[in-house]
Amino acid sequence: MPAAPSAPLGGRQLKQRLRRIQRRQALRAFALLAPLMLFLAVNFLLPITLMFVRSVDDPDVRRVLPRTLAAISNWDGLALPSNEAGAALLADLGAVENREDLSRAANRLNYDINGFRSLIFRTARSAGRIDATHAMDALGALDQRWKDIETWGAVKRAAGPTTSFYLLGALDMKKNAGGEIHRVGSERAVFTLVLARTLWISLWVTLLCLLLGYPVAYLLATIPSNVANILMILVLLPFWTSLLVRTTAWVVLLQTDGPVNGALRWVGLIDQPLQLIFNRVGVYIAITHVLLPFMVLPLYSVMKSLGPTTMRAAISLGAHPFTAFLRVYVPQTMPGVFAGTLLVFISAIGYYITPALIGGADDQMLSYFIAFYTNETTNWGLAGALGVVLLMMTAVLYLIYSRLAGGAGPRWA
Amino acid sequence: MRRPYAARGETAFRWLFWVYCGLVFTFLIAPILAIIPLSFNSGSFLTFPMPGFSLRWYADFFASDRWLAAVKNSMIVGIATTFLATVLGTMASLGLARLRPKLRSVLSAFIIAPIIVPVVITGVGAYFLYAPLRLTNTYLALVLSHTVIAVPFVVLTVSASLQNFDVNLVRAAGSLGAPPLITFRRVILPLILPGVVSGAVFAFATSFDEVVMALFLAGPEQRTLPIQMFNGVREEISPTITAAATLLVILSCMLLITVELLRRRAERMGGQGRVAAE
Repeated sequence: MPAAPSAPLGGRQLKQRLRRIQRRQALRAFALLAPLMLFLAVNFLLPITLMFVRSVDDPDVRRVLPRTLAAISNWDGLALPSNEAGAALLADLGAVENREDLSRAANRLNYDINGFRSLIFRTARSAGRIDATHAMDALGALDQRWKDIETWGAVKRAAGPTTSFYLLGALDMKKNAGGEIHRVGSERAVFTLVLARTLWISLWVTLLCLLLGYPVAYLLATIPSNVANILMILVLLPFWTSLLVRTTAWVVLLQTDGPVNGALRWVGLIDQPLQLIFNRVGVYIAITHVLLPFMVLPLYSVMKSLGPTTMRAAISLGAHPFTAFLRVYVPQTMPGVFAGTLLVFISAIGYYITPALIGGADDQMLSYFIAFYTNETTNWGLAGALGVVLLMMTAVLYLIYSRLAGGAGPRWA
Repeated sequence: MRRPYAARGETAFRWLFWVYCGLVFTFLIAPILAIIPLSFNSGSFLTFPMPGFSLRWYADFFASDRWLAAVKNSMIVGIATTFLATVLGTMASLGLARLRPKLRSVLSAFIIAPIIVPVVITGVGAYFLYAPLRLTNTYLALVLSHTVIAVPFVVLTVSASLQNFDVNLVRAAGSLGAPPLITFRRVILPLILPGVVSGAVFAFATSFDEVVMALFLAGPEQRTLPIQMFNGVREEISPTITAAATLLVILSCMLLITVELLRRRAERMGGQGRVAAE
């Protein structure tokens, strides 16, 4: 501050000055925070918003078939639409100039009903030759599928500008032509299975981490700190080692003729090598290995803050050491248990790389399908919708976590 | 008669407990240790016992344009990410420390969110954002998206070191006439430096290890080390990968040691500070 005033200030002036200084402090704080906030708004919040937008955005068919959609806008979906709709379809398809737009619309319809892409192209090729006065009959004669109500239902579902098609699809549900939501047939119901598998694998990994991590955290928290510091390295080194290195290591170790099978055979436990990779066993082993430090560290920090006094008190009052441990010590570590399990579970449900490299086709988790629909089939709507499902699950779990942990975030660092 | 019996049970139990913990420690460390000898294998099968010792896979690694380009790309992206994340994160931590606790916890939750949200989601979103802007297949896209998940670690470590920071030092510097920038450089920065450096190391490690977003955003020209390893394991696992993995284990050891030394230094300094205050 510039030179202090020579005369003592009145109470009111003092208050004003204080307020001014506080305002300046707050401004400076915001100025320091602004760059990161702006950065995260553009590079984190905006991408996630775009993912939400993609999951409901449906502009493609609208661009190509405006007359058709207008003609079926009031259609009830109970019987075939009127001849007007067929004529509008022929007019729309006959008027398409941009092949790319047509291709995009055809792809969109193909997501709904397999084979729709070729149907659209076939119809578009013949559109000029068909007489519009008997459009529906002529379309039915051209291809049987135009006589199916659900074909027209698919067109109506793709009317846009927004759709529930992808989000419902991510949960294996679909609207029929009449607008009722129903579950898709079991041969097309993939994602509930994937979702259940994702949760199941995460649950097992979390349990394994707790089973392996709790005793280790207890050991680290109760032995002299110079020994604990050395043993801690055994937890921290994997934590710092690249995920790819650890996954590669497991791929090498778990191969059919790899060291683990070799060792088991040498010990005489098995005659034939076990299949440990490209199946669920390998996935459990590798993910548990990757996430175990995330269980040990929060447990350790809680246990470290607990002294031995309460256990001693319980024992001195006549409790068996095991009873004292179970009824006095374990309840006190529950915050750490909750923090660790949720942290591991939240991390596990988003796993992609490890199952992709170590699992088989039946061990892929939700993230794999998000990446698959983004990169391989470019069905961005479905990728976005699956992302929304995964994000929602993570958000719910994180809310539980922050409620239980009571802090602003994870505290393993 | 109950005591000795219980004591004997306890001893047996203690042994069991130690063996169990020993097995868990082995589980944690064995895969990392097993990969190291395999990288010195003279044969091309990744099995024990090894036929002999050789450095051929390291020679292979350092002779391969693909691996070297991957190392170069990872270094470029990693260093740029570290710089951006450290500057943004340190500034933000200083800002957070001056806020009222309620606002602070809301904003920190937002800053930390990128490490809670599954990377695949941030990656897909980034792809949706950068693809229409023609930013995919550029270093810039990788650096921006890596910074998003690296910044929380910087904010966490710097904020932790600011917690032990005595605000009176800033007031003292101000009362002696130091302008804010000088106060930052000569008073605040030296005291929080361990936290800043730890954060930078975390940021670098995060970027260096990141593969999911890189798979979405990197083109063949930006292929990073993790992508190269991912493809290597996917296609056909060659012993060169074990050489790369061993080099990465050495790197993570160095990073771990740096952070541990900084943490201990900070603890010692914090301890001394407390003694001095008393």
